[in-house]
Amino acid sequence: MGVPTIAFEMSGSVRIAVLAGDWTLTGLEGRLQALRGQLAAADAGGIETWNLSAVSRLDSLGASVLWRGWGDRLPERLEADPRTRRMLESAAALGVRRRAGAPRSRRGDSVVALGRVGVALWSQLIGMIALTGQMLFDLASALRRPHEAPLRELSANLYKTGVTALPITALVGFLIGVVLSYLSALQLKTFGADVFIINILGIGIVRELGPVLVAVLVAGRSGSAMTAQLGVMRVTEEIDALTTMGVPATLRLVLPKVLALLAAMPLLVLWTSSAALFGGMVAASIQLDISYGFFLETLPRVVPIANLYIGLGKGLAFGLVIALVACHFGLTVKPNTESLSANTTRSVVSAITCVILVDAVFAIATRHIGMPT
Amino acid sequence: MSDAVIDIRGLVTRFGSHVVHDGLDLALPAGEVLALVGGSGSGKTTLLRQVIGLLQPQQGQIRVFGQPLFSGDARADRQLRRRFGVLFQHGALFSALNVLENIAFPLRELRWLDREVIQDLVMIKLAMVELEPQHAWLMPAELSGGMIKRVALARALALEPELLLLDEPTAGLDPDRSEAFVALIRRLRDQLGLTVVLVTHDLDTLAALATQVAVLGERRILAYGPLDHVMKHDHPFIRSFFCADRMSRILARSRS
Repeated sequence: MGVPTIAFEMSGSVRIAVLAGDWTLTGLEGRLQALRGQLAAADAGGIETWNLSAVSRLDSLGASVLWRGWGDRLPERLEADPRTRRMLESAAALGVRRRAGAPRSRRGDSVVALGRVGVALWSQLIGMIALTGQMLFDLASALRRPHEAPLRELSANLYKTGVTALPITALVGFLIGVVLSYLSALQLKTFGADVFIINILGIGIVRELGPVLVAVLVAGRSGSAMTAQLGVMRVTEEIDALTTMGVPATLRLVLPKVLALLAAMPLLVLWTSSAALFGGMVAASIQLDISYGFFLETLPRVVPIANLYIGLGKGLAFGLVIALVACHFGLTVKPNTESLSANTTRSVVSAITCVILVDAVFAIATRHIGMPT
Repeated sequence: MSDAVIDIRGLVTRFGSHVVHDGLDLALPAGEVLALVGGSGSGKTTLLRQVIGLLQPQQGQIRVFGQPLFSGDARADRQLRRRFGVLFQHGALFSALNVLENIAFPLRELRWLDREVIQDLVMIKLAMVELEPQHAWLMPAELSGGMIKRVALARALALEPELLLLDEPTAGLDPDRSEAFVALIRRLRDQLGLTVVLVTHDLDTLAALATQVAVLGERRILAYGPLDHVMKHDHPFIRSFFCADRMSRILARSRS
């Protein structure tokens, strides 16, 4: 392999630059800067003839380096074999091409950026509402023609989002219950108000903590899975295939997911709240010597049953929100990997945010209900 | 043949109990265009994947440019892989990067070229595959099938390979585009002095490009040589594949 070189000669009064060696990607590695310097010096020194006959190989890199070194043009007197000349001519296209730069990104001022965010949010909202409407239509048609209802998908989704979530929700619920009970007990002890641990745990877990905890877990677990699944189906055109077979994608893919989560969430809330209460009860008995029997007997007296209904209602609402948000973001994935990952992230973040918002609405709407008098 | 670009000896490939290749030999001299043909499941794509080092053969050895693909020396392996470019059937463009970044990717990975040079090189490659400079800022999802193939070809050529491997280069293109793409490959091969291996089902592509044809079947190479020579081979598969009059029609067309 020949090392690329430049040598200068005088032939009579004519100054000649003689190039030799491999002007290729491998040949030029580590020598690019030095050769560029020499080329610039040659250009300034008024070289009239360039002799490239001794160049053994020339590739795009060599051609582009020479082309730039010559100031974006071919020298007037050039000796080269046809092959080298052709390669140089392919680089000649660069002179014109350089000016066709990247289309300038139109970066407006902050007001425009704000407007853009607003429009994006608005279009997401419209998309969500459209999806909800479509789903209601699908539900109506499924009820009218029960044999077309996607029952198998419903059962599969129920298993995936509900049954397989049981261990993790129980574990997290139990631990949160223990922590909450332990921390509250430390405070209550100083006031001698030990028995109120049951009120705190009861109201806190049944009404607020249980549903929100489950919602966060399910949004991360099932919401992301739904978005990713629909997103990949979109990338691989499976959704289009379904549509052409006369199976509406929303009926077969979205409706079962939403219904399954609607059914599973209240049950998961019940399950997780029980686990959390159990954890609280264990911690209370250790910390405050409150017996299990006393705890279980007092709980229904200090926690009005309305709290349970509110908790289960929240479960229903959160399930609906999570499933709809996940499906919406899944169906709007664009066919590339970047969009898939971005939408999965957006799906989980939006679902959790929406859950907190809905929770706030619940808190305001039910502020007179279920509080012990 | 020690100067062969690809030298395969005694290759044995098994998937479980299913034997794909059993003692397959093949030597390809530099500057040739080899077409691998064969029925479905005859192991064409498997062979190609072994040549580019995506699959390791159970037995036998494959040498590319006289070097084994899995030498155990990571640096040498990487150097060797830079000497050939691969065009995957569906392009395999990175969907998160635009055309410019896709073609620039292998160049950036060298880590010694500066931005301007890389941009220049990408533009030269784009011109080589007959795409316009403004196409550089499109995303792969915005490209048509023919353009995806061209961009993928530009990316395969980015590191100035001496060997180009094409998996079904014209699959999924309409006859018009596929003809143009074949002409492009032929022109680039003449210009850059490439050795080319292609897997194809398309007789038009085969007739227009290949200087050598290898027919795979019965776990080995059934016939290997120039197209005219292979067509005369008296094996039921080869006869039905080239289906005498169909092939002579195509040949007459491509030579006219």
